[in-house]
Amino acid sequence: MEAAAAAAAGGGCGSGPPPLLLSEGEQQCYSELFARCAGAAGGGPGPGPPEAARVAPGTVTAAAGPVADLFRASQLPAETLHQITELCGAKRVGYFGPTQFYIALKLIAAAQSGLPVRIESIKCELPLPRFMMSKNDGEIRFGNPAELHGTKVQIPYLTTEKNSFKRMDDEDKQQETQSPTMSPLASPPSSPPHYQRVPLSHGYSKLRSSAEQMHPAPYEARQPLVQPEGSSSGGPGTKPLRHQTSLIRSFSVERELQDNSSYLDEPWRITEEQREYYVNQFRSLQPDPSSFISGSVAKNFFTKSKLSIPELSYIWELSDADCDGALTLSEFCAAFHLIVARKNGYPLPEGLPPTLQPEYLQAAFPKPKWDCQLFDSYSESLPANQQPRDLNRMEKTSVKDTADLPVSTQDVTGDDKQALKSTVNEALPKDVSEDPATPKDSNSLKARPRSRSYSSTSIEEAMKRGEDPPTPPPRPQKTHSRASSLDLNKVFQPSVPATKSGLLPPPPALPPRPCPSQSEQVSEAELLPQLSRAPSQAAESSPSKKDVLYSQPPSKPIRRKFRPENQATENQEPSTVASGPASAATVKPHPTVQKQSSKQKKAIQTAIRKNKEANAVLARLNSELQQQLKEVHQERIALENQLEQLRPVTVL
Amino acid sequence: MAVCVAVIAKENYPLYIRSTPTENELKFHYMVHTSLDVVDEKISAMGKALVDQRELYLGLLYPTEDYKVYGYVTNSKVKFVMVVDSSNTALRDNEIRSMFRKLHNSYTDVMCNPFYNPGDRIQSRFVCLGRAFDNMVTSMMIPVC
Repeated sequence: MEAAAAAAAGGGCGSGPPPLLLSEGEQQCYSELFARCAGAAGGGPGPGPPEAARVAPGTVTAAAGPVADLFRASQLPAETLHQITELCGAKRVGYFGPTQFYIALKLIAAAQSGLPVRIESIKCELPLPRFMMSKNDGEIRFGNPAELHGTKVQIPYLTTEKNSFKRMDDEDKQQETQSPTMSPLASPPSSPPHYQRVPLSHGYSKLRSSAEQMHPAPYEARQPLVQPEGSSSGGPGTKPLRHQTSLIRSFSVERELQDNSSYLDEPWRITEEQREYYVNQFRSLQPDPSSFISGSVAKNFFTKSKLSIPELSYIWELSDADCDGALTLSEFCAAFHLIVARKNGYPLPEGLPPTLQPEYLQAAFPKPKWDCQLFDSYSESLPANQQPRDLNRMEKTSVKDTADLPVSTQDVTGDDKQALKSTVNEALPKDVSEDPATPKDSNSLKARPRSRSYSSTSIEEAMKRGEDPPTPPPRPQKTHSRASSLDLNKVFQPSVPATKSGLLPPPPALPPRPCPSQSEQVSEAELLPQLSRAPSQAAESSPSKKDVLYSQPPSKPIRRKFRPENQATENQEPSTVASGPASAATVKPHPTVQKQSSKQKKAIQTAIRKNKEANAVLARLNSELQQQLKEVHQERIALENQLEQLRPVTVL
Repeated sequence: MAVCVAVIAKENYPLYIRSTPTENELKFHYMVHTSLDVVDEKISAMGKALVDQRELYLGLLYPTEDYKVYGYVTNSKVKFVMVVDSSNTALRDNEIRSMFRKLHNSYTDVMCNPFYNPGDRIQSRFVCLGRAFDNMVTSMMIPVC
């Protein structure tokens, strides 16, 4: 027995966990458990994909599904279980070999005895680990939904992620839970919420441990979210959170999350969480919940599910009840649900099930109130998280818009400008010039990509497909992630009132002038027209003045007053200039004057630099737009050619 | 009740063709193929007018001893050809028109499916596209006992 354990330890990963010393009872119990887990994995009659048992070829391993069940049944908190899986080495090797499994069981026993989860704990004699597997049918039935909740969540997850774990049906689950407990120490079932809680969070931690190699980041993001949410009611509490974080993930994984919380008796019934999830996905494609998703958009979206095209087309046939080539919310939910079902191995029905009919769906789930704020935050988080996907769509739709409307061209330039703005720190002149456009842009920017994608036609599809986004690298640092950032807010607020008022801050601050001399009043007179001219001009003849104005409003009047004098004296030495005005305005102390002149010079220089940067940016933008225009022209020519080819057919 | 139904693309290749299985299917394929010439002739005859003014239903293309062949063309130059049994005298022109209309509607439904690429065959084997179309055609065909 010890030799077996040592052999097992040796046969497992090389320099892994320390060799295990198991007592006879433990050995028997563990091997039985292991066999059950491994057997359940191999023998499950679920309609899983053929890649089911591809764990570690050549070795006997326990699938993570039953193992996870077992661990959950031990009723340890998720962190403990996670630690245990880490310690036993399953995370490292990616599967549960005999060694890992035994060590894990030992650690579970240790944890249940109150010992800390350490390798040293397993060296001592421990009671058998306790697994709460109740024989009571009622409790099993009760426990099943929760378990299904958790395990079903986890299992297809692992299936998609690693393709190495067998999917188990409901029947298998029940078999497992009904199997006789291995030890007589089975404690009475704990409170239901706890039971529900543990599977879910443990499911997540298991996912994290076993699939960490594949997707570390999303799990990490989810893990802290899930843990604090563990206290809430299992399913609904975590599902919405999971929705938000799951946005980060790929489409197939997202869908698996949804899975089977309701697959009790009716696989075709959509639960509340699933509905919510579908609705969120719908909103990601189309902000208006009462309108349609066009066929092409839906096609791209559903294609990511990696189902075969014939299956997808069949699902479409089923779900698009009115056969209009677009999906309403109900149709979309039905289609999504069918895809989820298909992914989980359910055969597609011959006809649309009654619970998926659009009328039924609309009646069962009245449209929730679309919280604008939620939508905004959603759309912000969405682009930040799904930047590649959104990016492509936005770029393509921006290309489309340049082809369509002149206004949208400006919007695109606004996009570009905003993107480039993020790289060019605070290009103030540009902000000023786009002031009227950019506030509108930033607000409508979130909605616009969605609406653009909604209204795309087949031509635009071709365009989108035909060209790779010609936009420059700065684009990824898009405004969305920073739309609510301080930069834009900071930038907008001072400039917006400025432009709106028509006069800039300086004029109100002008009156408290220390020495209203003649020259100063003259300069004031000059100042005012210049200021009034400034807002209407984009980086124009007096950009430096504007920058000076905008960058330092409080001290503007004082400095400003000297500028015309400086210019009047035609850029004399700052000191001489300072001395000049100083003589005219004796009240001004010399150091102040000199400081201000040097400040002016610096301000001018910074303004010049900024303008140069802005010019470079605009020039680049111009070239990009020219390129886009060329491409669009080519498309147009191609289409016209096609039209010409079609036309002569009528005249045979 | 049709004996054979065929959908032919603009480039004159079949998108869908189905006959009652008892007959020699090759014969029907041949009939449909030869009827394409007649269809083209009819299109060209009306072709001087604008496309919009052209009637979609082409009527009887040509009769043979056993069968009659009817034609219908859509605005996108997709042709529907239907072969009916000559012995079925109860079949009136209006019924043929309605059958073609149903065919056209089913075809547009297939088109609406974004997963269908125009120019693909309308297939209905295993779980895929065109099942509704196929079912509709089945309802139009003579039930084979």
